[in-house]
Amino acid sequence: MGQFLPFTKQVIKNLFSAPATTQYPFVERVYPERTRGHVDINKDSCILCGMCMRSCPPGAIKVDRAGKTWSINRFDCIQCGYCAEKCPKKCLSITPGYQEPGPEKFAYTVEVPYEPPKPAAKTVAN
Amino acid sequence: MGNRSIVPYGPQHPVLPEPIHLDLVLEDEKVLAAIPSIGFIHRGLESLTSKKDFNEMVYVAERICGICSYMHGMSYCLALEDIMNVEVPRRADYLRTIWCELSRLHSHLLWLGLLADAFGFESLFMHSWRLREKILDMFEESTGGRVIFSVNTIGGVLKDMPNEMLQCFVKQLDEMEKEIREMTEIFLTDYTVKSRLVDVGIISGEDAIRRGAVGPMMRASGINVDMRKNGYAAYNDIDFEVITSNKCDSYARCEVRIGEIFQSIDIIRQAVAKIPDTEINTKVTGMPNGESIIRVEQPRGEAFYHVRANGTKFLDRFRVRTPTFANIPALTQTLQGCQYGDVPLLVLTIDPCISCTER
Ligand code: SF4
Ligand code: SF4
Repeated sequence: MGQFLPFTKQVIKNLFSAPATTQYPFVERVYPERTRGHVDINKDSCILCGMCMRSCPPGAIKVDRAGKTWSINRFDCIQCGYCAEKCPKKCLSITPGYQEPGPEKFAYTVEVPYEPPKPAAKTVAN
Repeated sequence: MGNRSIVPYGPQHPVLPEPIHLDLVLEDEKVLAAIPSIGFIHRGLESLTSKKDFNEMVYVAERICGICSYMHGMSYCLALEDIMNVEVPRRADYLRTIWCELSRLHSHLLWLGLLADAFGFESLFMHSWRLREKILDMFEESTGGRVIFSVNTIGGVLKDMPNEMLQCFVKQLDEMEKEIREMTEIFLTDYTVKSRLVDVGIISGEDAIRRGAVGPMMRASGINVDMRKNGYAAYNDIDFEVITSNKCDSYARCEVRIGEIFQSIDIIRQAVAKIPDTEINTKVTGMPNGESIIRVEQPRGEAFYHVRANGTKFLDRFRVRTPTFANIPALTQTLQGCQYGDVPLLVLTIDPCISCTER
């Protein structure tokens, strides 16, 4: 008989306590601030250096210097955060909120308004 | 003499979504021998060292296993830090210890749930996973990831846990401890649970040593071995006793793991009380050149890391021996003489992780 007592206690507790799961889609989950959901770029500070592309373990980022675009294949990204750590301008960040599901892989591309500095005009020696 | 037959078991386990295949030699319902075969999901992670530089390999090492992911990443970093003579700040050591113990907690709660599921006790399975969920929330709050944390780096850790967060975790663990104690009482005293575990799958201490068992499997046979006593991370500052049991059966393995749950909570408390206020990582420059061997105690047992570097950014060799790999010979011993119906449960009592085994 003694072995049933712990269960009875638990059953009564469950009857009067809130559900252990969230009632999705009526209640959306609130993610903690540090959640690594997806990579975001602040395109204004990007200098198209390509450090993120070279450091990404699964090769999810493509930086096209000539075409001035930065793109990420979110389906390949493993949210490790290494690109954000390596970016010299700190323009990459990992923010909460997961990527949208989709039927096929696609790359998300942004155009970067970066103007490379003009090489200093050579002074001609007289 | 009864009827002899060979029954193929696997590669799918009734509870685990991972492939291990056993050829069981049966005499009527009794198992005489078990011949394991593995290699269904080999991923070649070790050979990625020729394609990913040593910094990127931290993230590859973490993906060896989903449950001990944190410790794989950490051990790889420990090996590289050893090669490159990096002094890790003390706070990082403590943070690593806390995350290690939280990983152990979640791994053992997961295992208890799977064990309950294996003997058909669904509500007990739900309860242990409900409790485990709270630990996953702690991971998400502190590192941003629920399963893979990506928080280790060569030279320390990437994210700090503020002292208020640590205090809050300790408070939550205090509350959880009561619930875990209630739940684990059932594992240790309930008649049905005991009838499935007691005197099933016996392996003596001598056999465990001979077959190279590690972790709770070894400690449940009365052998006092725990790599944490070697004092990596901050374990040399922490006071704890190795938990062993002399019963040598499946019940003992359950008992040791339950003991370790409470031990982990205690270690976290001690670590939070002692954590110093220093930096959390040091800048590492240059390329690694040399060789190192690291042994750490993962939830499932001892993991062995061998890293050899040659002064370039690509490593020469990266070799991992995971606890499940070491426990498979001991598993075949426990299966000898058991009943056919106990095989799924016995495979589970070593806490197998086939993905780790095959890397
Ligand atoms: S995002 Fe950062 S690392 Fe990547 S190209 Fe731009 S500046 Fe360089
Ligand atoms: S988070 Fe990791 S996987 Fe994703 S783009 Fe950055 S480096 Fe690549």
